[in-house]
Amino acid sequence: MMEHIPLNFPFLAAALLAGVAFYIIIFKRNLIKLIMGIALLASAVNLFLVALGYRAGGNAPIYTDVPPGPMVLPVPQALTLTSIVINVAVLALMLTMVVHIYRHTGDIDSKKSRRLKG
Amino acid sequence: MDSLITHSPALIVALPLLAAFAIPLINRAGPRVRDIFNLVIFGFVAFFVAILAVDVYSVGIHVYTFGATAAELALPGGYTVPVRIMFEVDGMSIFMGIIITTVTLASLIYSLQFLKGRTGQARFYSLMMLLYAGMMGLAFTGDMFNLFVFLEIASIAGAGLAAYRTNMADAVEGGFKYIVISAVSALLVLFAIGILYAQYNVLSIAALANYMQYTTLDMMALGLLGGAFVMKLAGVPLHMWAPDTYTVAPAGTTPMILAASYTAMYALYRMTFSLYGGHIDTTAIGWIVIIIGVLSMFIGVMMAVHQTDIKRMMAYHAISQGGYMLLGLGVGLAVIADPVALANYGRDAMNGGIFHIINHVFYKALLFMTAEAIFFRIGTRDTNKMGGLARNMKWTTAFYIIGALAISGIPPLNGFASKLLIYESVLRFNPVLSVIAMFVSLVTLASFAKVFYSAFTGPPMPAYKEVREVPKSMIIGMSILAVLIIFFGIFPGLIVDTIVAPATDALINQASYINAVMGAVP
Amino acid sequence: MLSKIVRTVANQLFLFILIFGLYVIVHGHLTPGGGFQGGAVIVSGVVMLLVAFSSKDLQKSLRERFLSIMESTGALIFAILGFAGIGTVFFYNFLVGTSIFGRIPPTGPNPGDIWTGGVIPLMNLAVGLKVIAGLSAVVLAMALFSIGEEIEE
Repeated sequence: MMEHIPLNFPFLAAALLAGVAFYIIIFKRNLIKLIMGIALLASAVNLFLVALGYRAGGNAPIYTDVPPGPMVLPVPQALTLTSIVINVAVLALMLTMVVHIYRHTGDIDSKKSRRLKG
Repeated sequence: MDSLITHSPALIVALPLLAAFAIPLINRAGPRVRDIFNLVIFGFVAFFVAILAVDVYSVGIHVYTFGATAAELALPGGYTVPVRIMFEVDGMSIFMGIIITTVTLASLIYSLQFLKGRTGQARFYSLMMLLYAGMMGLAFTGDMFNLFVFLEIASIAGAGLAAYRTNMADAVEGGFKYIVISAVSALLVLFAIGILYAQYNVLSIAALANYMQYTTLDMMALGLLGGAFVMKLAGVPLHMWAPDTYTVAPAGTTPMILAASYTAMYALYRMTFSLYGGHIDTTAIGWIVIIIGVLSMFIGVMMAVHQTDIKRMMAYHAISQGGYMLLGLGVGLAVIADPVALANYGRDAMNGGIFHIINHVFYKALLFMTAEAIFFRIGTRDTNKMGGLARNMKWTTAFYIIGALAISGIPPLNGFASKLLIYESVLRFNPVLSVIAMFVSLVTLASFAKVFYSAFTGPPMPAYKEVREVPKSMIIGMSILAVLIIFFGIFPGLIVDTIVAPATDALINQASYINAVMGAVP
Repeated sequence: MLSKIVRTVANQLFLFILIFGLYVIVHGHLTPGGGFQGGAVIVSGVVMLLVAFSSKDLQKSLRERFLSIMESTGALIFAILGFAGIGTVFFYNFLVGTSIFGRIPPTGPNPGDIWTGGVIPLMNLAVGLKVIAGLSAVVLAMALFSIGEEIEE
């Protein structure tokens, strides 16, 4: 079954996720949905990074008790880990700010809770 | 002393990080100890920046490899590609480093007495040190992924500082917009880094520039990188976050968030000049940069004229002046392949654009500090409610006059020197652009004069009769910048030859950037 | 605050989660894992305690002062380990060849030896300490925030 999935499949999935994420970020007005859109974009980029390191039939790039054979690339996995950590911090910061905005204005619709205009 | 110079890039980024982690512990000993600790650490860092600048200007590009057996060992024995994380400091990097360090020093002294009576002061200084470390790392890095990490550090720290006054609703909204834009822009940068790594299997900027063949995927990566950095530097059409964020950030931090935007502009220049360099169609890309610059200049100043909030007006002017820098460097990029035009006016355009960065950061920081000084004393930013403040706040009025004259390009202040360079060189490239730039400068002067008449002169309002001058530390912070503005205005030739011309040479000369890493002998 | 069964089971399970998280942190240089991953596992245990007991009860045992000191200590140890090799370069692995974590592993597939890696396992422990303190503070602050209270200074 595995050999019938074209090798481009993860990249198509990453592009689709990124497209959906951009649609959400640009067109949705609810602030929580905006944060979900950014989390989705982060997942798309992480998927793209891990998928570009894949080599067909490779094992995990760890020397401890690894079966013989080729390995996948380890550097994109390190980039993905760093990206996940940074996105955790960014999402926590954004959620805290949305809670503050809700406390001040009572609404999380971006059109109704705007105070800076012009 | 030699070993200090060798290790200075690492120390410049690592000491503020150490200070940022240690400040919550030191804060338990009392606020005085914390303030002295901040100033001592920052004094050391400023000293390291000074000796690194002297070394880069006299010797050449300074490479620092983390974790190797010697600091200059970019290629370990037997390797043909650099495998470790590196800092590569050339003329343009240390130029941005000088700007960031000066602005942070002024902001640090300014914030010492601005924060009285607020909670969470230890976290404020911690975030300020993190923002400084992030910006300096972004300026010094020679590695693509390090660029992403330091960009995110600077964004998160900047957003935390912008939303510091959580008791005001609009402050949190400004910080929220900043972190949303920064998160999207950083994810686009990571996407582009993935594309570049997938093709060439290296992450170091010099190695990528060496192996670059300009395929379709590379064009996509350039588009993503360009879009991400234009978003971060508030160029039109992606400038909507800048007025909100610059308005609500507390006093000492608006200059630093401004410097973060211009460090992102430096990253854009690093990508187009040093990473892609001779492979791209520089005329087309140069014209795109010029058009974004002209749009920013025009739309920024037109939106600024009818603002009533004084800081929001200054924020729109920041967008407009950013257009001047993009115009100067865009003209330089457009003629970089043509040696005759480059020698005639290309170098002068780039000199003007780069000189304008340091001038603009200084006078815009001074103007923001005066606006926040007014807010500190009378509690409002609305120019319709202000009046007659010149009688009570003499120092603030003097600093505002210096800043307003500098931004309009009046001699003998520094704005005149850089704007004259840009006007003359752009005139020989295309006269229409130069006329637009001069018109924008006139409208800038008009809007600042209008605010001066309404806020500072005129009969004093009865509510503000007892308003006193701002505390001493804020005056000292503002006067550092004012002295530098006047000094740069009186001796512009000296500054251009010492600081700006090496930066221009570093951007034009892509080959020396690559050879500093790839040609290094183990 | 959930029922007595949930509270008792949560108390017992937290110990297992703690052991698994510490295993992931300490073996970071041999198997997948490391500082952040192990710290996140332990914080998921803290979240389980937060859900079983109410956030106000958890705030009495997990004070903000303790978390702040733990976080700063972890970060300072990381920075000092980076500075310790400054005789050669910053972040130089100065423990290779010495007795603390200093053995050199053979290249190629091998059963992992925990005493290798140099300064990396110590940095994993420092990062794990910081991540536990930081993420616990974030989770606790959000839980208290949503019921209308702030975390004490």
